[in-house]
Amino acid sequence: MAPLEYYIVLSAVLFAIGVWGVLRSRNAIVIFMSIELMLNAVNLSIVAFSSNIKVVISRFIEAVPPQRIPDILQTSMASGQVFVLLVMTVAAAEAAVGLAIIISIFRAKNSVNVDDVNIMKW
Amino acid sequence: MEEQIKILVKLVPVFPLIGFLFNGILNRRLPEKTVGFIGSFTVFSSFVLSSWAFLLLIQLPEHARSIQSSWFDWVVSGSFSSAFSFLYDPLAAVMMLVVTGVGFLIHVYSIGYMHGDGGVGRYFSYLNLFVFAMLTLIMGDNLLLLYLGWEGVGLCSYLLIGFWFHKDSASNAGKKAFIVNRIGDFGFALGVMLLFWTFAAAGHPTINLTEISHLSPEILAGGGIVTLITLLLFLGATGKSAQIPLYVWLPDAMEGPTPVSALIHAATMVTAGVYMVCRLSALFILAPVTMLVIAIIGAATALFAATIGLVQNDIKRVLAYSTISQLGYMFLACGVGAFASGIFHLMTHAFFKALLFMCAGSVMHALAGELDMQKMGGLKKYMPYTFVTMFVGTLAISGVPLFSGFFSKDEILYNAFISQNGHPLLWVMGLIAAILTAFYMFRLLFLTFYGKSRIDPEVEKHVHESPKSMTVPLMILAFLAVIGGYVGLPHALGGGAWFDKFLHPVFAGGHGESAAVHHSLGLEYGLMIASVVAAGIGIFVAFMFYIADPERPKRLAGKFPGIYNTLFNKYYVDELYNAAIVQPVIAIGRFFWQITDLRGVDGFANGLASAVGWLSSMIRVIHTGFLRNYALVFVIGVIVLLGYVMFK
Amino acid sequence: MLIFSILALISIFGALMVVTRKNPLTSAIYLILVMCCIAGMFVTLGALFIAALQVIVYAGAIMVLVIFVIMLLNLRKDEFGYDKKLLQKYLGFAFAGLILIQAVFITTWAMKDYGGIPEEDIAEITEMEGIESLDKYLSAESVAETLFKKFAYPFEVTSVLLLTAIIGALVVSKKRLLDEDEEGEI
Repeated sequence: MAPLEYYIVLSAVLFAIGVWGVLRSRNAIVIFMSIELMLNAVNLSIVAFSSNIKVVISRFIEAVPPQRIPDILQTSMASGQVFVLLVMTVAAAEAAVGLAIIISIFRAKNSVNVDDVNIMKW
Repeated sequence: MEEQIKILVKLVPVFPLIGFLFNGILNRRLPEKTVGFIGSFTVFSSFVLSSWAFLLLIQLPEHARSIQSSWFDWVVSGSFSSAFSFLYDPLAAVMMLVVTGVGFLIHVYSIGYMHGDGGVGRYFSYLNLFVFAMLTLIMGDNLLLLYLGWEGVGLCSYLLIGFWFHKDSASNAGKKAFIVNRIGDFGFALGVMLLFWTFAAAGHPTINLTEISHLSPEILAGGGIVTLITLLLFLGATGKSAQIPLYVWLPDAMEGPTPVSALIHAATMVTAGVYMVCRLSALFILAPVTMLVIAIIGAATALFAATIGLVQNDIKRVLAYSTISQLGYMFLACGVGAFASGIFHLMTHAFFKALLFMCAGSVMHALAGELDMQKMGGLKKYMPYTFVTMFVGTLAISGVPLFSGFFSKDEILYNAFISQNGHPLLWVMGLIAAILTAFYMFRLLFLTFYGKSRIDPEVEKHVHESPKSMTVPLMILAFLAVIGGYVGLPHALGGGAWFDKFLHPVFAGGHGESAAVHHSLGLEYGLMIASVVAAGIGIFVAFMFYIADPERPKRLAGKFPGIYNTLFNKYYVDELYNAAIVQPVIAIGRFFWQITDLRGVDGFANGLASAVGWLSSMIRVIHTGFLRNYALVFVIGVIVLLGYVMFK
Repeated sequence: MLIFSILALISIFGALMVVTRKNPLTSAIYLILVMCCIAGMFVTLGALFIAALQVIVYAGAIMVLVIFVIMLLNLRKDEFGYDKKLLQKYLGFAFAGLILIQAVFITTWAMKDYGGIPEEDIAEITEMEGIESLDKYLSAESVAETLFKKFAYPFEVTSVLLLTAIIGALVVSKKRLLDEDEEGEI
């Protein structure tokens, strides 16, 4: 296990690449995949933090009564994974709906180029 | 017994209010007879209650005749409080009887007079509202409630003068009445506020009439403040009671139906000013300057209006100027401290003036609306009842002995002469006005009923006496015009001056009883004879002009065209007011309309709208429609957020 | 540490490939690669449960769905032509860079006083609990306990969310089976 900062930096890098992908691509599917990349980066960062929770909690360990530490620890360490689980669920839902939209647009315009979807121009 | 009086008094204004609501809401669905019946019945009920209360009141000892009866607390705000409660004392009792009694007779008369008019329901509901407002004014025990009634009668006056609002002249007259009254009301309101303020500064924040009367000697005596207050209050009275300078609305008010003129502009509303001055006599006594002003204006108005009435040809206009003139007498009485005499004349005037107006209405009814006396004449044979009752009324107003007007007018003139606040010059003015009154009233009578007929032949075919519903009230009023004066029969003529004695406890200082003054009886007889002679002169001259030699007036007018024209055109006062006041106000209004409103306010609002439009046309370029641009904007937002976190 | 470095490098390489390829199918494959690397990193962190889920759900279901769609739409190599919005492209690169710098800055410099826990504290806790390391708290059992006790409500809500998504996807992509001039209903 590497120091926490490495994981965070990696997560930031992946996230930035994802942002770049969103802004750069013209293909709707590629944009979608860049968004998924961003979500993954964030998942990584959440799990990294939660596994390293002791790093954070060391600051507060004086104020907490000793009996409650295991319980707190369990909750905080497991929460990261729980949260990632929920994020994945949401990502799945988003994937379903987003792809359905892309399919609809494709049916109408026969193209997945997002520049072609510009009738909301003023 | 006090409890009974309280209940009776509380209920008196309720009936007209119910009548107003009932007729006002249902007026189109009910037949004419029902509407008239309801309108009259409510006022009749009030009259019955007032009489009953009066009979109970006179059984109470003199010092206990001031009873308060309250409905509910109306305004309670800090130290200021005003309740919807009534004060019942001899003055209120007299006024209530006059208002409801004469009012009832006029309602009955209206049933006949307004027959066939489309707006009868509206008419009776307004009349009932008027009676309600007038009763509130008379019975209110604090100045705010009085002011409520004051404004209410002004409103009803406007509504009823402009009753036939399709006619331009009628609606203009209504507006004129309301606006001129407004000026007076403004003065009145200022007076009330100043009064409250002064009292509050002295530690007694109240506008209750009884308390004011008791406290004013300590609080106000010897100050200039009381003069200012009373002058402002009197300004309101000049508006409502048509004195100089705010009388100009009354002649125009004759555009309304004749019963309205009878009720509002003869018997009741215009007397509100007199009532107010008498009610606040405790205040006015403390301001000799104001009293002098009131007396002078009263006498001057009496004389002034009488001169105008000499040459008018419109039958109702003559009566209108006569009303202004008689109101001048009442104010003269108040100004010299004879408050009870003023109220006495108010009562007798109500009887004979209402009678005269209603007779005029009867004549108009017979002649299909003809108003010009030059087109009347010889009606004696066609309309006997009207003729007799009008004759009685004319005798009464001219101050012929044995009729009510004589007693009341004579008492005023007597007090003007002898009172400490009076002056012989005032007496002279009053006497000359009496001569002129007798003259023009008999002129009216002769022109209308005597001589050869100048009526339009078409109209003459349909001339007929008025129906019973109209003539019976005339007869009742004629009866009252005869006997009404005897309640005030002075000691000098063997009477007990009961009227003065009855009202004495209400008025502060001044002269409650003419007989209490120690002047010689001879002086009293002498002045009385002078009044009789004055009346006689007037009647004689009228006779000479209009019976003996009908062409004489025309010759006289031909010899003095200047004077005649000035009198005929009412001294050009209306034109003067128009040029000096009305036109400048219109000009100011026009300025504000075009410059401030059109350019300023509208320009600002429109400018705001176009500024928003300009701004949004700058911003709308952001809506490119391109997805990627939107994403770019998201990212910019994220960067800004992160930047914030960074720099924290 | 070694494993971490290898996985990190592969994942960065994969991410760059995702973004720059012209053929969407190639991008999808590279994304699967990135996801597997991330799953590996989960393992190094001790979060075994979620690592498994990452592979099964993310790489196994979602990406398969994406590949289905690509196949369905028969997308080949991008023939979009010259990108007209050059400003957008360059700005995009700049902004991405900015975000990277900001994120790194915040997490390293701003959080530098967090530091590592002294060994004796870990020893104290493990002694108290009678366990060898704190890894028991990262196990599937622990996750399940937390999920169904403390996070029961979000769990239920998420299930409603999934239902909504299903309905939404159905509505959006339903093919009009009726004629052109008839209004279609759900």
